[in-house]
Amino acid sequence: MDFLRPLTWDEALALKAGRPDATPIQGGTDVMVEINLDKGRPAALLDLNPVTELTAWSQEGPVLRIGAGVTYARLIDELGSLLPGLAQASRTVGSPQIRNRGTVAGNLGAASPAGDSHPPLLATGAIVEAESVRGTRMIPITEFYAGVKRHTLEPDELIRAVRVPVATGPQYFSKIGTRNAMVIAVCSFAIALHPEERRVGTGIGSAAPTPRRAPVAEDFLASELDWEGHRPLDPETALRFGEMVAAAASPIDDVRGRADYRVHSLAVMARRTLGWAWNEYTGRRQA
Amino acid sequence: MRVNVSVNGEPMAADDVWEGESLLYVLRERLGLPGAKNACEQGECGSCTVYLDGTPVCACLVAAGQVEGRDVVTVEGLAPAGELDEVQRAFVEAGAVQCGFCTPGLIVQAHSLIESSPGVPDDAEIREALAGNLCRCTGYEKILDAVRLAAARKNGPAS
Ligand SMILES: Cc1cc2nc3c(=O)[nH]c(=O)nc-3n(C[C@H](O)[C@H](O)[C@H](O)COP(=O)(O)OP(=O)(O)OC[C@H]3O[C@@H](n4cnc5c(N)ncnc54)[C@H](O)[C@@H]3O)c2cc1C
Ligand code: FES
Ligand code: FES
Repeated sequence: MDFLRPLTWDEALALKAGRPDATPIQGGTDVMVEINLDKGRPAALLDLNPVTELTAWSQEGPVLRIGAGVTYARLIDELGSLLPGLAQASRTVGSPQIRNRGTVAGNLGAASPAGDSHPPLLATGAIVEAESVRGTRMIPITEFYAGVKRHTLEPDELIRAVRVPVATGPQYFSKIGTRNAMVIAVCSFAIALHPEERRVGTGIGSAAPTPRRAPVAEDFLASELDWEGHRPLDPETALRFGEMVAAAASPIDDVRGRADYRVHSLAVMARRTLGWAWNEYTGRRQA
Repeated sequence: MRVNVSVNGEPMAADDVWEGESLLYVLRERLGLPGAKNACEQGECGSCTVYLDGTPVCACLVAAGQVEGRDVVTVEGLAPAGELDEVQRAFVEAGAVQCGFCTPGLIVQAHSLIESSPGVPDDAEIREALAGNLCRCTGYEKILDAVRLAAARKNGPAS
């Protein structure tokens, strides 16, 4: 095995171009588990820790560009109010030690259907900024996932940053697990209200081969909500929204949960997160 | 490969390091520092917790090459040789140590919590901070006592 240590982003791209078989390592919280448990040995490790360009974030108009090296702990501390959905999801990842090392870019690289950052990234319409020596590609999040633990990065590409629109409305994340800490989601759900466009965003985790949106449920809810914020949420609307979210999933039975349980809990999480979001929305309108 | 790293304030070098090796292995097997414990090697138990550039991390999940030129502090480095840090002392006094396997990781993690808290953290904060450290012996109550005791001594009484 080789250990490649680029000191700059340009060097990292050049090394990856020369060694497309090298596995990038950022926080190592996925990569090192695989190596320690001998689930396959990378031909080379490409350590991105020394690349300081990756540890910065910046606001570019309505969008936050989060460098691939920004840890969950920093995202929660520094961006919690601008990206409430992603921050809520980040708070549920692993333990403090894991959040001190793990990154959203690593979550994307692993592309596990259960990864906690995916539902809020889908609900907010994030963009993955991928780069290689050939240039930069802006990959809409819906086009990033290719299958269980597979993504659409080219072998010479690295994730430079994730671009997430700053929240303009309420965002909530919910996750089912066996305890309150250190759990891989049985299933998860994120909602984002985009009042300026009168649009609803959703993201479903761990209930299909890839994280996915629930477009039918989004359109239904967008047309039913009283965007002026005068009317309380119709319980019937919330119930139907939950059913439509559940209908968008295609889960399997596995060690963490049965498919029918996942479908049921998705409907419940969708209804509940909508309730929280609507309370916040009408509260804001009246304030 | 060779890895140069500062451990507990001392520059050290480890030779013949395998590229896929963890920081935990380097500390224990190459640098003679067995304080950080190896239990799960998958980030689940926290017994390998050490400071990396001042931040507590699972040493089993850091690749050895990633610490080149960086600062690591292990449980051995919290107090001068032959002395105990307040957190270590509190663990002994509160009876928070049984088999002791989880203790070094818990002490580093608790140390970090107390250093970053203005006063004595409340129970919810302590539980959240220690959520990634498993103990199979104590039932955690004495560990919580130890953290409160050490925090009170270091940061003054609860406000
Ligand atoms: C104990 C434990 C608990 C966990 N709990 C959770 C949880 O609750 N929720 C959750 O979602 N995940 C969890 N995880 C998984 C893991 O922490 C996350 O997936 C994390 O986001 C990975 O980030 P990382 O920086 O550590 O990635 P790494 O391990 O460094 O990399 C992960 C993958 O991404 C690739 N990669 C990394 N950076 C880049 C880049 N810049 N460009 C291209 N590819 C890249 C790597 O090659 C690898 O394939 C847990 C892991 C552990 C060990
Ligand atoms: S040995 Fe590192 S977390 Fe268990
Ligand atoms: S004292 Fe034995 S595991 Fe904690």
